[in-house]
Amino acid sequence: MPAAVALGGLALWELLVRTGAVGPLWFPPPTRIVARLGELSASGELARHLGATLGRLLPGVVLGGVPGLLLGLSMGMSTRLRTVVDPFVAALHPVPKLAILPLVMVLVGIGETSKVLLVAIAAFFPMVINAMAGVRQISPLYFEVAENYGARRPQVLRRVVLPATLPLALSGLRLALNSGFGATIGSEIVTARDGLGAMMWLAWEVLRVPDIYAALVVICIIGVGFNKLVLLLLSRLAPWQPERHKAP
Amino acid sequence: MSARTAPLPWTGFRCRGVSVRYDGRNGGLAALEDVSFAVEDGEFVCVVGPSGCGKTTLLKVVAGLLRPDSGEVVFAGGRPRNALVFQEHGVFPWMNVLDNVAFGLEMQGVGRRERRERAFAFIESVGLGGFARSWPHELSVGMRQRVGIARAFVSDVDLLLLDEPFGSLDAQTRRVLQEDLLRLWRDHRKLVVFVTHDIEEAVLLGDRVLVMSGRPGRVLEDIPIPLVRPRGTSPREESAAREIRWHIWRRLEGDVRRDLAIAG
Repeated sequence: MPAAVALGGLALWELLVRTGAVGPLWFPPPTRIVARLGELSASGELARHLGATLGRLLPGVVLGGVPGLLLGLSMGMSTRLRTVVDPFVAALHPVPKLAILPLVMVLVGIGETSKVLLVAIAAFFPMVINAMAGVRQISPLYFEVAENYGARRPQVLRRVVLPATLPLALSGLRLALNSGFGATIGSEIVTARDGLGAMMWLAWEVLRVPDIYAALVVICIIGVGFNKLVLLLLSRLAPWQPERHKAP
Repeated sequence: MSARTAPLPWTGFRCRGVSVRYDGRNGGLAALEDVSFAVEDGEFVCVVGPSGCGKTTLLKVVAGLLRPDSGEVVFAGGRPRNALVFQEHGVFPWMNVLDNVAFGLEMQGVGRRERRERAFAFIESVGLGGFARSWPHELSVGMRQRVGIARAFVSDVDLLLLDEPFGSLDAQTRRVLQEDLLRLWRDHRKLVVFVTHDIEEAVLLGDRVLVMSGRPGRVLEDIPIPLVRPRGTSPREESAAREIRWHIWRRLEGDVRRDLAIAG
């Protein structure tokens, strides 16, 4: 059904451009965009940009996501830590991550480090918040059962906290990937010479409009791919969840 | 047949003047007030009272999960291994039936292979063998509750504390699980404290029924149930049981009505 809607929309678009109702300069027909994607793939240019983008995004997400996960779990388990750290998370999380790129560049220079660091910061917050929420939503009953059967702290962590937190932590990963993706593209538009963001910016500068669309298509595909990947992980790692609790 | 005939390690305990208050915005809430009673070896004791009378609190105190503000629970030979069975949701949703049932053994350090064998043998004996690999959400509420009870029995505990374990079951399922529980209790000889708000259930299951008042919970009466087991098999027994149930209801009615009036 969504595929049919998409195909219909694309067909309409194509038709409007072909009949001259819409100018092909700003709205190149879908067939043109697809052709351009083919050219960019064949020349290796697309792979270069895509590689650069993923080369910033994935290390950044790991670099921010892992500490975010650990901090979130700790904050979920320790009221004292949460009391101290939560206000800072609450204050810093809503800041648009691109807004701190200048500061990050001042601190670590304009090279790759600044971009990866920005992605890490963007990935960090959703991970913290979701991991913390994941621990806090665990019913106290499960802790009582574990304690009643003599579970010690490491056992409670391994047999209760981690499995119970997993679904929300994975949805944190999903948000971290999306948020990190935004930071990657944004920083590439601002400063980079390669990457999908840079590709779009260069295309705008020389008015190669089909390239802008081509890059957007790739960004969409990657985004959808990440979501699918996380859902796959969820069904593999948390097969115990009833269907209705799974994200659509 | 009485469970008291066999020689057992003494697992009885005594509650002495146990009081618990919960801190709250309105100066706190007295959950239990000066609760005293003694439980003997191998007994099946039912605690009955209006909802919110601190029955769950009492179980947590006996289990050692909650420290009373005053009073104490004294066990003959130190607090024995005990298992709490909750009304619902006590089964871990992220473990399959087998791992859930084996959880107590796992925490005791029993090796993976042995605990799985023992857990499997047990769930097979209670008719859950085909569901060893199922997730809890795939089971009915009644089956989940069976898993919770199986976990308690497999774990070699001396004291079983059940908190309205059948409260959310339909009447027929409850009936079957009550019979299951009695059979397990007869075979395994554990001391059982069974909390319920269902007077009929208390009289059907217990050697004794402790009647508790509305909040703050106090023990109003300690009633021995002199009916032979299995119960509910002769008309004469049934009329005796009815009389006991009537008596308990007369003790509770005032508190129940009072709580309803406050709530309304």
